[in-house]
Amino acid sequence: MSVTPQRSVISRILMEDIKRLAEQGKRVDGRSFKEYRPINVITDYAKKADGSALVELGTTKVLVGVKIQVGTPFSDTPDKGILTVNAEFLPLASESFEPGPPNEDAISLARYVDRGLRESDALDFSSLVISPGEWVYMVMVDVYVLDHGGNLIDASTLAALSALATTKLPIYELTDNGVEKTDETRPLRLTHRPLSITFAVLGDNLLLDPNINEENAIGTLLSYTIFDNEHICACQKFGPNPLSLDMVLEGFETACEKYKTLLDLLYREAILNGE
Amino acid sequence: MTESEVRLIDEKGLRVDGRRPDELRPITFKIGVLENANGSAYIEQGKCKIIAAVYGPHEVHPRHLSMPHRAVLRCRYHMAPFSVPDRRKSPAPTRREIELSKVIREALEPIIFTELYPRTAIDIFIEVLQADGGTRCAGLTVASLALADAGIPLRGLVAACAAGKVDGKIVLDLNDVEDKEGEADLPVAYIPALNKILLLQMDGILSASEFKEAINLALEGCKRIHSLQVEALRNRYISMEG
Amino acid sequence: MTNRIVLPGDVVAEGRFRIGENVYRLGNKIIASRVGLARIEKGVVSVIALHSFYMPQKGDTVIGIIEDIGITNWSVDINSPYVAVLPATSIFKRNFDPVKHDLKSELDIGDVIIAEILQFDRTIDPILGFKSREHGKVKDGLVVEMTPSKIPRLIGRKASMLNMIQKKTGCKLFIGQNGRVLIHSQDKAMIDLVVKVIRRIEREAHVSGLTDRISKMLDEGMERRTK
Repeated sequence: MSVTPQRSVISRILMEDIKRLAEQGKRVDGRSFKEYRPINVITDYAKKADGSALVELGTTKVLVGVKIQVGTPFSDTPDKGILTVNAEFLPLASESFEPGPPNEDAISLARYVDRGLRESDALDFSSLVISPGEWVYMVMVDVYVLDHGGNLIDASTLAALSALATTKLPIYELTDNGVEKTDETRPLRLTHRPLSITFAVLGDNLLLDPNINEENAIGTLLSYTIFDNEHICACQKFGPNPLSLDMVLEGFETACEKYKTLLDLLYREAILNGE
Repeated sequence: MTESEVRLIDEKGLRVDGRRPDELRPITFKIGVLENANGSAYIEQGKCKIIAAVYGPHEVHPRHLSMPHRAVLRCRYHMAPFSVPDRRKSPAPTRREIELSKVIREALEPIIFTELYPRTAIDIFIEVLQADGGTRCAGLTVASLALADAGIPLRGLVAACAAGKVDGKIVLDLNDVEDKEGEADLPVAYIPALNKILLLQMDGILSASEFKEAINLALEGCKRIHSLQVEALRNRYISMEG
Repeated sequence: MTNRIVLPGDVVAEGRFRIGENVYRLGNKIIASRVGLARIEKGVVSVIALHSFYMPQKGDTVIGIIEDIGITNWSVDINSPYVAVLPATSIFKRNFDPVKHDLKSELDIGDVIIAEILQFDRTIDPILGFKSREHGKVKDGLVVEMTPSKIPRLIGRKASMLNMIQKKTGCKLFIGQNGRVLIHSQDKAMIDLVVKVIRRIEREAHVSGLTDRISKMLDEGMERRTK
């Protein structure tokens, strides 16, 4: 059962500041409505994983680890590999995170990141087959939130894509009694590059990449997962504030612009190969 | 991607169930179907059968869940084990049910006058008895009627509808086959009284212009469903008042 | 006069009006928040709700049912989102001693009481007290619930409806503001008739000529009885 969450205590003064500045087109940290905070991506961070990336987005820190396993495919897709995405909001990341199994927020985030990767067919699932109907690769993506500084969504999708782009897939061979891991690896093939662009919804304004104060004060996020040329593969409103149609369409346009910004960052860091 | 053996739109432009691209499935409502709930309603939309019940406002236990200035909402979207062909084995909520309970609650939060009932809870239960695509939308639509039936003050009625892309064409109100085999699904919830969108999700692949077309079509569907809600509530009132 | 049926979200009026019950203002429009009949009277816009629930008001007389027994008070169901509290001192007065006095012996779970709401605000549960001779434990009678907003219709202008019912059936009615009615009579058939009358008033509260129709219904009911 989903229950109205207790709001994090946020000072009334801060809330008023955020609203007052927004009316003038400004934000508390001086950014424009369409500006990201500083982004840092470190790949191959968790050396025991098959792929990993740590993203620092402002003060938010998210680590994604990718593990490759093998197993039987689902009966309705015998010729496709399997993707699972799980997210953990670690108690050390925020005072409001309690230990225990993933709550509805962690589950929503994991499912949203999953949809972005799955619907865009980013991983070319047909290439992750060892023996159709019997053995396929299982790509397990684990999103670990280490520090909640706002906008976990973009940090997570950016980390997930970076981790997958630099994952070394251990190659398995078919043997007489199953499969065997070889010593060889190959890069995971990415056919598409989905990334999310998330805004906080404050009245009629969309504020890109909210920091933790903005997120707590405003309470509602609108996220678009863009891939390739102005195509969208996932979209979701998180939180109770209502939206207008104009705002949704405007947000899409801005998301497409900012997608290029994020891609450029990944090219510069040589995480993705530029086209 | 494997080739789809199923053609979802035929040469005449009709869908698997004979509908035109912009046609809703047949919808019927029944209001006040449960004796114990404070408010209840039932919807049949195509082959979907969903019942919603509302209890409250009533006091909350445990107390720490309550809020000093408003009522909390507790929302449960749940699919009966027999609602889909593969009977579910575990009674625990699935991750999908957990997510949908949350997005449905968030869609209803801004339209209920929760500030009138501090320290109480309003419980909303949505049970999917038979599923055939579009259950979160139908569930939200019928929950809105159950809330009105319970006499909970609302800013307006909420209607929800999905649009999507099937065989390259933008269509309204996808059934299960279309949702599974189609290229995109975009559920939307809308409140005509405030002209606002309360639920928005999308998965699949859409270009910018397709996204715009789909969301407009979904809103059109919501408005039509709202008319049906209005008719059902009016008829309910007339039948009760004699 | 038949009023218009409105639903949540319907525009009831536009312009300079005062806000009454079950409506809210959005810009220039006044919009219904509940299903019911629109009413615009003396510059006030309101909706007579089909279904609403009782919100406690200080000074109201209510019919309650004991639902739990504590150490220094009873919890009372008053047909409202809020559970009321009846302090032990209402019965035991200032000599109340939790060690000596047993609350259960005076009022047990399920007992019916008539009481007044002494206090209620957004921070505490309603507190009840016995203020008049009519208040206290109810020894017998049938408790019936009806929509609180229709209670005034059951009473009628200057208690005309209530008096008519009591006179014709010989039943004694006690009406709680919280949508509960207590019906006293030795005659079960008369109690049944009164319950039917109450249900009809609920259904037809807004239709004119109700008093006459109820009068007729009562006469017919009495006639059938003597046959």
